[in-house]
Amino acid sequence: MKHIQTISEACIHVSAGQSACGECQ
Amino acid sequence: MVHLFKFQNDTLAFDSESGALHKLDALSAAVIESYIEHEGQHPGETEIQQLEASLGPDVRECCNDIDELIARGDLFAAAKSITPDQLYPDQPRIKSMCLHICHDCNLRCEYCFASTGDFGTGHRTMLDAETGYKAIDFLIEASGPRRNLDIDFFGGEPLLNWPVVVDLVDYCEKRGAETGKILRLTMTTNGVLLDEEKSRFINQHFKNVVLSLDGRPDVHDRMRPDAGGKGSYQRIAPHFKDFIAMRGDRDYYLRGTFTRHNLDFTGDVLHLASLGKQLSMEPVVAPAGVGYEIRPEDLPAIEAEYEKLAMEIRQAKAKGEPFNFFHFMLDLSHGPCAFKRIKGCGVGIEYIAVTPEGDIYPCHQFVGEPEYRMGNVHNQPVQIDPVVQLPFYSLLVPDKAECSQCWAKYFCSGGCAANSLHVNGHVNGVDPISCQLQKKRLECALWLKT
Repeated sequence: MKHIQTISEACIHVSAGQSACGECQ
Repeated sequence: MVHLFKFQNDTLAFDSESGALHKLDALSAAVIESYIEHEGQHPGETEIQQLEASLGPDVRECCNDIDELIARGDLFAAAKSITPDQLYPDQPRIKSMCLHICHDCNLRCEYCFASTGDFGTGHRTMLDAETGYKAIDFLIEASGPRRNLDIDFFGGEPLLNWPVVVDLVDYCEKRGAETGKILRLTMTTNGVLLDEEKSRFINQHFKNVVLSLDGRPDVHDRMRPDAGGKGSYQRIAPHFKDFIAMRGDRDYYLRGTFTRHNLDFTGDVLHLASLGKQLSMEPVVAPAGVGYEIRPEDLPAIEAEYEKLAMEIRQAKAKGEPFNFFHFMLDLSHGPCAFKRIKGCGVGIEYIAVTPEGDIYPCHQFVGEPEYRMGNVHNQPVQIDPVVQLPFYSLLVPDKAECSQCWAKYFCSGGCAANSLHVNGHVNGVDPISCQLQKKRLECALWLKT
């Protein structure tokens, strides 16, 4: 793309039926 | 929602729902602004012709690129739809505990939220091993099927009660092995009593250690005197330097607090960088009128200082002398799941604090507030007061009107309930000063990714 430089793509995703694992700090 | 902002000579577009980040030139910035005015929709033909008249013939090509990014989900992504049953694998479980090893301290830091150790009670007390065992047993039982648990050895100053620290570490490791739980231990210390023996023990058993140091000696000594009123820097800094050398590649943070006395805190961060490489500097939380509190009129200076710090970090990295600043750490490819991002710290429902007397509070910031006492580990079986706990179930980002339209919501996770209590008189709100500083820090962190 000539006028836009993508530094990073989408990184926050939610899928239907997915749930938290609960093991995060 | 797209957050368009300038930082130094760069223009960046951050897509808050997807987490995608783009660097723009003047033309694409103007075209994206037009999309923002149309709530993410392609501008009409008349408007495109107006843009072409002022920006030149590339406008249509740029629109096509933006439409492609929208189709890919990297710009103007749709709002997340998350249902309550997705937030936990079964139900909320207490899995993290701030264990107050003592309510006493050998420093008299002016800004201490713990009232220099006794949490405003007038009583300086030590946790005994029996109460500690019961607190650890309660955490293990309350955690249900959760495997990874956290215990922060906190105070007051935990090193004042060293025999109990050693005893409880042994107990944690024994109970972890018996139950199949992984108990990750962390500690926060002012370093006064941090000798070689304690350093070796801490390095062996603690996953993360927070070392409290405010930066330059005169800045540190002004706010962190000892009980006799003398500055503490000269005693503490050598302890931390030795500890960090021994620590190797394990986690630690040299953590300072800045007040309105040192709004030029970049100098303090750079001073900390001469002692270690994992750093943090937090704005003081203090009531109005104490003289060192952050005031609304200080915000422009603080924002400029964060920009200055970001540039120093970039220069240090270019020189091959990088250091990490906690609030500028951002993972745009491998970050937390969306569920964690809307839950925040888990205060009161996943995270609790236990005092030397065994009293249970939603977190360390609520200790000493009688109406927030949730139970006591000596009252077996331990019962958490559901009335006290109830408001803490409603602290999700979607529950807060101020957060739902904020571009920073998935990185801030709704802010601090204790700050909200101090500012608003209730836990389910935001502190506008904290919000503004958080957003500025995020802009710095995003810029450092370019």
